[in-house]
Amino acid sequence: MDWPTTIATTVAALLTLAVFSFLYKDNPFYKFAEHLMVGVSAGYWVIILWYTVVIPKMWQPLEAGKWYYIIPIILGILMWARLNRKWQWVSRYPLAFYIGVSTGVAIPLEMKAKVIEQLNGSVDLVTTMYATQASGMTVVNNILILIGIIAALIYFFFSKAHTGATGSIAKFGIGVLMVGFGASFGFTVMARISLLIERLQFLLFEWLKWG
Amino acid sequence: MKLAEKMFAIDRRWVYLALGLAVLISLKIPFSIPIPISKEARNIYNFIDTLKAGDAVHLAIDYDPSTLAELHPMTLSILKQCFEKKIKVVVTALHQNGPAMAAAALDTAVARHAARSGEQMKNGVDYVFLGYKPYPALIILGMGQNYRIPFPTDYYGVPVDSLPMMKHIQNYDDVKAILNVSGTSATDYWISYGNGRYKVPLAIGVTGVMATDYYPYWQTGQIFGILGGLKGAAEYETLVGTPGKAVQGMKVQMVAHLIIIVFIIIGNIGYFAQRKKREQSV
Amino acid sequence: MKRQLPLIIIFVCGIFMVFQYFIPHENSEFIYEFAALDWPPIIGVFALTLGIISLVRVSATKISKRDEDWQYSIVTLLGLAAMIIAGLPWFGGQTSPAVKWQFDFIMRPIIATIFSLLSFFIASAAYRAFRARSVLASILLISAVIVMIRFMPLGPFTDIVSRTADWVLNVPNLAAKRAIIIGVGLGIISTALKVVLGVERSYLGRD
Repeated sequence: MDWPTTIATTVAALLTLAVFSFLYKDNPFYKFAEHLMVGVSAGYWVIILWYTVVIPKMWQPLEAGKWYYIIPIILGILMWARLNRKWQWVSRYPLAFYIGVSTGVAIPLEMKAKVIEQLNGSVDLVTTMYATQASGMTVVNNILILIGIIAALIYFFFSKAHTGATGSIAKFGIGVLMVGFGASFGFTVMARISLLIERLQFLLFEWLKWG
Repeated sequence: MKLAEKMFAIDRRWVYLALGLAVLISLKIPFSIPIPISKEARNIYNFIDTLKAGDAVHLAIDYDPSTLAELHPMTLSILKQCFEKKIKVVVTALHQNGPAMAAAALDTAVARHAARSGEQMKNGVDYVFLGYKPYPALIILGMGQNYRIPFPTDYYGVPVDSLPMMKHIQNYDDVKAILNVSGTSATDYWISYGNGRYKVPLAIGVTGVMATDYYPYWQTGQIFGILGGLKGAAEYETLVGTPGKAVQGMKVQMVAHLIIIVFIIIGNIGYFAQRKKREQSV
Repeated sequence: MKRQLPLIIIFVCGIFMVFQYFIPHENSEFIYEFAALDWPPIIGVFALTLGIISLVRVSATKISKRDEDWQYSIVTLLGLAAMIIAGLPWFGGQTSPAVKWQFDFIMRPIIATIFSLLSFFIASAAYRAFRARSVLASILLISAVIVMIRFMPLGPFTDIVSRTADWVLNVPNLAAKRAIIIGVGLGIISTALKVVLGVERSYLGRD
């Protein structure tokens, strides 16, 4: 490895070790790395926004004579009114435009993807069972999924007290949810360990060149 | 102090040390574990495998260094398969800390492909990197209308219209699928807005934390494949025939998981011993 | 003017976007592409800069008042300045080697390592809190352990464990997550409707 790369890798390794030192207790090395990351990330964001939005989406269109791009720019500048308490209310106009568009767009699409398609999928479990004349485990599993979905939804339904039959179904619903959360936990362990493995792969193989 | 009580009160730093050493040592010991391939991963591989040379896919790299460990191997493996099959790739990076990393991943994939086959993949011809724009939901919708709405230029500032590869690519109708490798909620937007509005086939590679949440979408067919966490990455590395960091990581995962299960057992033994003692005293 | 106009803007934009989805007419497509998809990210950029401005403000105030740990705020500001300078057009902009260097050797290792600390915390949490206290807690624990051992070579049990884990993911997990997705979906839609119809106004702040 050449000298510049060795130095750069060593800087990265020392910063890695500085962050790991937090495991023992909070200390100046960790605080240094943490604050440096905040500053550098903010700086990176400034650069990215400048070159990916300001130049191609504001400067270049105006330069090309597309004058109407002045409208979103003015609306954007109004956002900065937030910085002044007296004029803060002015920032509500661009905010309202943004919120109006993003909530309006969400209503039909979220309805479709998260509700209708999911209900469709649940009905499909039954219809495909008939269409394919499924047998054995498939039938049991599909029925279990359906019961599980209904029970868990009943658990989320708070307009009726969870007593009697509703209470029993809701309790089964919690059981189903617990299996789901358990599976998520199992996957989360794998996810977190992966991050550690990658860091140690870097320290051992890229920095120390062991093996 | 009795043994059971001691089990209940191990200092957290011993737990840290045990885990750290387990990972460190198992990284150094040469052994491997089999990587069985799941249907969720194979579906993605088969989909790309059946595409023709010259077809295009959209690879959405929506993660930052915090989840790079799990997701980078997926990105590199998918790029390898696409390059080998001569499939054109439109790449975007909708995480603010992601563009430099996505650009580096492309460079790595191009260099590896050149080393393997002697063939140099060209930016603008074999792949394009459009880069980053804020607010993923609206950007995803914008690209569905026309890639040029959010991205008049690519990451390097070159007008998209001047890139040869983009001449025949207007919007999602011109790509065969979107492959979203993500550590953020961008995946939800790709499902609701990308697949939901534009009906483009979608497959996802997500972190372990997120993976289980997307099985309902897999059953409905809103997504045609899932790569879940490092295991998903290792499966894809195996499928494309280049075992790398993810496959190496899986043996370490096994040891680390065993350590954690041992700690769960110790904690539970301690808990039941204490509970028994309490009940006896009552 | 201060409250009513923003509410009207939200209503008009929101209703337009809903109708546009169902009636994608040529004219509405034009407005959709420009005003709805092209402009909001431009406006939003100015909102994002507020975060950067407030970071600089907070750090500068901390330094000038010599608050606790004020020295680290200097590190933050120096990091910010170093990255911005590296990205100036004369050095090559966002693809300059100096930006790449700082990204690869400062940002990437620190962010990755901060998140890798979670591996230790989850191990400690598993030891301290993952107890079979009740039937429900035991279900959670068993499900987690099955998923955790699913990729391990367990001799004659390998196949059965792997198949059980598949079943957990594709049957009860699917049911649980689908119920959550439907709940979240309905939540998003009802909140969006409340915002568009002006019932929910907290985001406007106080006068």
